Amino acid sequence: MLDDVSLEVNANEIVCVTGDSGAGKTVLLRAIADLDPNQAEDVVCNGQHRSMVPAPEWRRMVGYLAAEPGWWHARVGDHYDDIAAARHLAVRLGVDPAAFDRPVALASTGERQRLALIRALLRRPQALLLDEPTSALDTSSKTVVEALLREVSAAGTAIVLVSHDSGQARRLGARLFELRDGRLSSCTQATGARATRPEAPHA
Amino acid sequence: MNFIPLDNRDLMLAALLVIGNALLSWRLRLGVERQLAVAAVRTTVQLTLIGFVLKALFDAVSPLWTSVAALVMIAFAGREVKARQATRLRGWWAYGLGGASMLFAGTLVTIFALTTQLQPHPWYHPRYSLPLLGMILGNTMTGLGLALGTLNQSAVQAQAAIEAQLALGETAFHSMQPQMRTAIRTGLIPIINAMSAAGVVSLPGMMTGQILSGIAPGEAVKYQVLIMFLIAGATGLSVLLAVIASTWRLSDDRHRLRLDRVHGWRDG
Repeated sequence: MLDDVSLEVNANEIVCVTGDSGAGKTVLLRAIADLDPNQAEDVVCNGQHRSMVPAPEWRRMVGYLAAEPGWWHARVGDHYDDIAAARHLAVRLGVDPAAFDRPVALASTGERQRLALIRALLRRPQALLLDEPTSALDTSSKTVVEALLREVSAAGTAIVLVSHDSGQARRLGARLFELRDGRLSSCTQATGARATRPEAPHA
Repeated sequence: MNFIPLDNRDLMLAALLVIGNALLSWRLRLGVERQLAVAAVRTTVQLTLIGFVLKALFDAVSPLWTSVAALVMIAFAGREVKARQATRLRGWWAYGLGGASMLFAGTLVTIFALTTQLQPHPWYHPRYSLPLLGMILGNTMTGLGLALGTLNQSAVQAQAAIEAQLALGETAFHSMQPQMRTAIRTGLIPIINAMSAAGVVSLPGMMTGQILSGIAPGEAVKYQVLIMFLIAGATGLSVLLAVIASTWRLSDDRHRLRLDRVHGWRDG
């Protein structure tokens, strides 16, 4: 599906990947997170080659958040090791902290999206792969999430973000790429030439 | 002992009941006359043949031929386990994992019973080992089929939840624990139900058979309790082994969820 895709992302940098539905954006993120067999050949994070790192350790370095994140406990709060930190972030993102004491099924799609983002952020990965992290959010919720992502990025986390929202890349100050026919092309002329092997993410 | 032997006239008299069924089918236009006839002939021929096979095995008391018979039984039970899984692994695995775990657990529990509680001479005497193994396999395969079908099915259904944990850096076995637990529990339900209902709702076939052949009810009951416990042990062990092995097959060394190894699963 992907054809010779190569991407380099620096720490403190946000890369935004757009493309039509079915262009392979999710496939790209899953390939970097090593969730599908026979995918990307080599991915390097912070000088460490993926093939040399045990998979669970790799995925703690390179966090992946699916477009429709899964839940495995009945109660929202049971998905977090540090519930105090999770509540703190929830308040900031406009999620009612009482949601942590309720069943997952009672949270709205938008709440679940932010709660899953919190879950991924609290693991403090070196790089973060986000698949449409604000697709179910209204404009004001989107704004606070984007502010948080800029902060996380400034603190040194490399972020690769898949988005249908063309304004989002601009608001995040992200480098924009488009995925079409399995090929990744840069939409920002100035930095396009930097996209070379080894593939993303390079923190 | 007051065993009452049957002669062929007794069986022909009973066959009138099946012919009655066929008449009913014809009169009510159910269209199963042919199937009834074939099934009745099959049961007669198959049981007669197995009667000869068992007689030959009991006369021979050969460790080799007893083992061959046991392996044939396990092979058929493995096929049955595969057929009973609505969602199953691709290729040889659906058959092999069930068969291998029954080979291990069924043989182990049968040998345990033969060498400790029953102690026939010789210990592998087919008159004891084969019926014992048969009853153990017959019940274990039900539990195994349910457990493995449930594991595969719930892994497909819980893909998002399993992969969310994998993405957070958990191992494949840790991420699939809820599915493994559900599968093992489901596999144990038939034997739990059988033990609960025994004597109240159902009179187990072996016990009834022993009583018909003139054994005192108290003695037949002891045998039945022994068999129930052996079945429970073999089911628990084989379900545990098969679920662990299937979970291993549903994941790989990079801790990915490998639904592409599930039959009929389409990569979206």
